[in-house]
This record gives sequence, structure tokens and C-alpha cells, in this order.
Amino acid sequence: MQKVVFNMEPFTCPSCVKKIENTIGRIDGVNEIKVMFNSGRVRAEFDSSKTNADVLENTIIKLGYPVLSKKVS
Amino acid sequence: MNQMKNSHIAGITGLLLFIALALHLTGLAQWKDNVLIVSSLFAGYFIAIKAFKALRMKAFSIELLVTIAVIGALIIGEYVESAVVTFLFIFGAYLESRTLEKTRSSLRELIDQTPTEATVIRPEGHIKVPVEEVIKGDRVLVRSGEKIAVDGAIVSGQALIIEAAITGESVPASKSAGDRVFSGTILDNGYIEITADRVGDDTTFAKIIEMVEEAQESKTKTQKFLDRFAQIYTPAIVILSVLVYAVSRNVELALTFLVIACPGALVISAPVSMVAGIGNGARNGVLVKGGEIMEKLSKIDLVIFDKTGTLTKGKPEVTEVKSWGLEENALLRIVAEAEKVSEHHLGQTIVNEARKRELTLEHEPQGVEIIKGGGMVATVAGQHLAIGNRKLMADQGVTIAEEVDAYAVAREKAGNTAVLIAIDKRLAGIISIADQIKPEAQAAIAQLRNAGVKQTIMLTGDNRHTAQLVGKELGLDAVHAELLPQDKVKWVNDFKSQGYRVAMVGDGINDAPALATADVGLAMGVGGTDISMETADIVLMSDRLDQFAHAYSLAKATVRNMQQNTIVAVGTVIFLLAGVLLGKIFLASGMLVHELSVLLVTLNAVRLIRYRARGKAQLDAQGTTTRDTSCQAA
Repeated sequence: MQKVVFNMEPFTCPSCVKKIENTIGRIDGVNEIKVMFNSGRVRAEFDSSKTNADVLENTIIKLGYPVLSKKVS
Repeated sequence: MNQMKNSHIAGITGLLLFIALALHLTGLAQWKDNVLIVSSLFAGYFIAIKAFKALRMKAFSIELLVTIAVIGALIIGEYVESAVVTFLFIFGAYLESRTLEKTRSSLRELIDQTPTEATVIRPEGHIKVPVEEVIKGDRVLVRSGEKIAVDGAIVSGQALIIEAAITGESVPASKSAGDRVFSGTILDNGYIEITADRVGDDTTFAKIIEMVEEAQESKTKTQKFLDRFAQIYTPAIVILSVLVYAVSRNVELALTFLVIACPGALVISAPVSMVAGIGNGARNGVLVKGGEIMEKLSKIDLVIFDKTGTLTKGKPEVTEVKSWGLEENALLRIVAEAEKVSEHHLGQTIVNEARKRELTLEHEPQGVEIIKGGGMVATVAGQHLAIGNRKLMADQGVTIAEEVDAYAVAREKAGNTAVLIAIDKRLAGIISIADQIKPEAQAAIAQLRNAGVKQTIMLTGDNRHTAQLVGKELGLDAVHAELLPQDKVKWVNDFKSQGYRVAMVGDGINDAPALATADVGLAMGVGGTDISMETADIVLMSDRLDQFAHAYSLAKATVRNMQQNTIVAVGTVIFLLAGVLLGKIFLASGMLVHELSVLLVTLNAVRLIRYRARGKAQLDAQGTTTRDTSCQAA
């Protein structure tokens, strides 16, 4: 199980949260996803044999939210 | 082109609107319309892209509504409306993100203080590594001006350390071998080597950030209510818009409804206040674990304090050495030599005092015997010592003269523990030890009263005399002494059943049950012990009581701010609906009112970031004046 934290551009509308949480949550291998609206961060836990941090990052970008940086641990 | 910043788009569309206005004034109506159409299409393109992206992920978005409204306005020839709506939408988003960023700046500043690298001492020498590569047990070296990257104990060296990131205290603390240091703090001056025992996400600093993050995400009742309201509001307005069109065929009215369907200020009003309030606390060393707790704290009217370590320093100090016969320091030295082997905290206090007075303790005590509930006896340099209370003296057959006893009683009444010393069965002196009241306690309690606390109570396990003395000095409403942890819980429940909203301030370990029972439990002076960070609702990172007073005033200010914002948000909705239905508000003005309301609630919340309690400022001013007068007197 791996953990990743994305630093995002500041979120401005709370509906983004549900959008990202639902979409990422549907990816196979993602165990836990939490969008922190107020700190502008996205935290996810995933099974590294099924998916990886880049897949998650690309999905978030495709949703229309630029990722500033990420930290995998 | 997708990556273009909102500020640039807003700038360009703003310029186009200005040109259109100029053309309007010069009477070139045809040109004006063309410019407006270009402006609408240009800004509308970026809004539509976002709407499309969300739609592709099967997600509904406000951008979609605005896109439909703009297309509609263009079709019916309302070019001014469409151009102004797109401009306001993008410019508003830009301003929102700028001001929202401000409300979150406290946490951002904290995160920015996260250390990135550390110098470790490995077999291959001193090497600089990224902080992720430091492992538990590593020996880490920190020089002047560097940031400490791990939690651990100092092995060698000494330094002045600024612990603001952890405690909110900006005055540097002096630390040397054996003391604990924390990740995120800055070494102001000196040199130390530390053994890392917590690294990365396990450090106190990382935990604080995580806690504040989670606190800011947590939702209050007001917030949940507004969220639910917003969830109904948007679809309801969209349906209303369709109905209006179906019934009245009034396209303009239908489009206006689409523009005002965004719940903007509604969903953002309560959270922005909370985020700013919790952020302010974190920067001042007060961790509030969520919005709900902030609301509860603001309603507190009775505060219970533990004594030792909360109202008092928790570190007993020698207040007087009285000797009959021997010279004062000679007595202190011989007693300290005997107490060297004692593990009793009073004994340790005496040894510390001797060290402070730079007395060399050379003799080893012989025949040490610890007498439970009495004291100790030992032989030092051929002299027989008995150190302890009256009972020990009686057991040892030492007679206590009347004036000596009177002195001991007087010291005890003044809040001291009197330690009697007999040398070779003759009473030789008394050492007074007291746990002193924290210097800021009185002012902090006064500030709490000013802010609305009705009752201040002390619950302590300590003896009645000392407890009453502290209570009197601080002007507390009641003091209950000689209590066990379960008795404290009983008192908390009693006060609660009397209808008070109770806050309990304690040290988080001994007081954990009472903290959990109170409406709000505050653990103080813990500088990072895990247990208290988990059990308490609010953690006061430094030892100071004025942090609590600040937290209380801050909670009140935050809740007030949130109420103001809620009123603005709900008021805006009513105003917009009424305006639209009465035909006074159209696309552009609807968008303007909406954006203004969002900005208003955000700017209102920004005020909380710099909030300082008013009472505190006054007390500080008084403090300086008294200091001035005493200087003049001297």
C-alpha cells in the first residue's frame, strides 16, 4: 500500500471535492481518497500493484485541476 | 491556451469591455456589439472548457449553467449581458482564489516551514541528505540558522532554539544535552547533535499539520445545514428556470435563474470563517481539533483548572533556606549531598538548588534509608542527617522548639512545603519548597472573565492549604482539594448537571478522564506528547495560560464571524430571488451580486487571521506601564 499527497492550486468551489473524490475513488486499486478543500491537498492510498501515482495525477489533471507537486511515500 | 491564467483572461476581457464602452460613447453601436461578442466568446471559451471537462467525467458543474446562460444571451442578442457575465465570472473566480488563499495562509505558512534536508553523521562522514532519507536512530547535526529536521534528544552541544512552529512562542528557548528538540524548530544560535527518534510523518510537527488540516476539513452543524441547503438550492433553481421558460416563454428570466443558481456564498460562508479561525489558533500554538469544538468553546461559561503544571509552574523551587547554627549554604550542601541518591521530587529540587548556587557536592551519603511518608536518614561526612516532616523528627527523637515550629507553620501557610533537617538529632534548619504560580495566570483569568466566563474553579490532588492559597491569590470562585482523578470526573459531571458548559484545563495525562468528560477538554504544556494530543479537544502547545485566554476569545470571534457570514449568504439568496422575480435583476447584475457576496464573506473571514484578543492588548499595555513606574522608582 502506497500513499501519495498532491499539492493543488487553491480550490475555489467545494463541488470540486466530490468531483475528484468520486472519479479517483472509482479507479481500481485506490483504497482511500481524501480531498482537503481548505489546504488544497489531495491525499490518496493505493495498491501499487494495481495502479500508480502518475495515473492518479493524470486523472486529476484531466478533470481540470492542475497539480503543483506530489509526494509519494 | 487552456493553461491561461484567470487573471490574464479577466484582464483581457476587462479591456475589451472598456473598449466597448468607449465605442458606445462615440456612437459606433455596430462595432460595440462586435467587441462584446468577441469578449463573450473569448472568456466563455474557458468557462465552457471547464464545463466540458467535468461533463466528460459525468460531473455536473456551475460552469455548465453559466455556459448555457451565455450562449442563450448571445442568441437573444443580449451582448452586454453575456460579456459582463463572463467577465464577472472569471474575474470573481480570480479574486476568490486570491482571498481564499489568504484565509488559508496560516496553515500554508506552517506547511512551508517543513524542513527539507538534514546533516547526518554516518560512517562516511557528515552528509547532507533530503529529510525523507533520515532514519530513526541517525545522529543529526544542526548548526546556527538551520532548521531541525527530526524529533529527538540532544546528545551533545547547546543552543538557543526558536520553537514558534510548535509552541507559537517566539522567544528562543535554551536547550542542552538531554533536552528534547522538535522538527520544524529553528536553531537560532549554537551547535547541537541529536539522536533522531521520530522522523518524517511521525514527528510532532507533521502531526500538528495533519491535525490542523483535518480540523479545517471538519464540518460544523451550521456548515452541514448550509451544505444541505446548497445541495437543494442549485437543482431547485435549475428546475425553476426550466419551469419559468415552459410556462412564460420568458427566456431572459430563465437565463437569469441559471446565473444565480450557483450557491457560492452559501457553501463558502461558514467554512472560510472556521479555516481562518483554526489557522489563527495554530499559528499561536493553539490546536483546535475542529469547527464543532470551536463552537463549543465559544459557549463555555465555567472553567475548571488543574493546579500543578496548569496554574502553577509544576516545577517546585526552593523559596527559602533557614538555618540555626550552620551557615545557610553549608546546610544546603550537606542536605543536597544526602538527597543526591533520593528519587523524591522534593529531594531533587534541593539538589537542583545546590547546583544552581554552584555548590560542589563531593561527599557520598552512607547508610541511606528512605522512610515512606516521612523522609530519609543518611550519614554524610560523619554527620547523621534526618530530612523530612514532623513525623520523621518525632520518630527520630528530635525535639522541635516552639519558635521553630511557628516558623514552619508560617512557611506552610504561605504555600510552602517545609522540609525539616536534623543533624546528629538536633534540629538544624528548614528548607521551604513551593510550586510557584505562573506569572501570566492572573491576567489570563481576568481576560477569561472579561470575555464571558462566569465561574473559575480549581480541582487538585494537592493538599487543602496550598490549594486554597493558590485559589485566593488568583481570585478563583471555588477550590476543591485532595481529589483523585475519578473525583475530578464527578465534579465535572456535577457542574454539567447544574447547567454549566464546562471546559477543563489539565495536563492531559493525569487529567485525561476529566478532560474527556468536560464539554471541552484542553491539554496544556505538552510540547508534543502523543497521549494528550489525542485525548484533548484543544491542545495548548506551550505552557502558557494566556494561550487559553486567546483561544477562548478567538472561538467567540470565529463563531461571530461565521454567523455574520451566514446572514450575508442567506440574505443574498433572498435578495437575488426577490430581485429576479420582481424583474429588477438581470444576468449581469445577478452575477455581480453573487460575486460580491462571495468576496464579502471571504474578506470578513480574512479579518480573523490577524485577530488578537482586545483584552490581551490592554493587559500588555498595563504591564508596560507598571514596569515603567518601577523603573522610575528605582
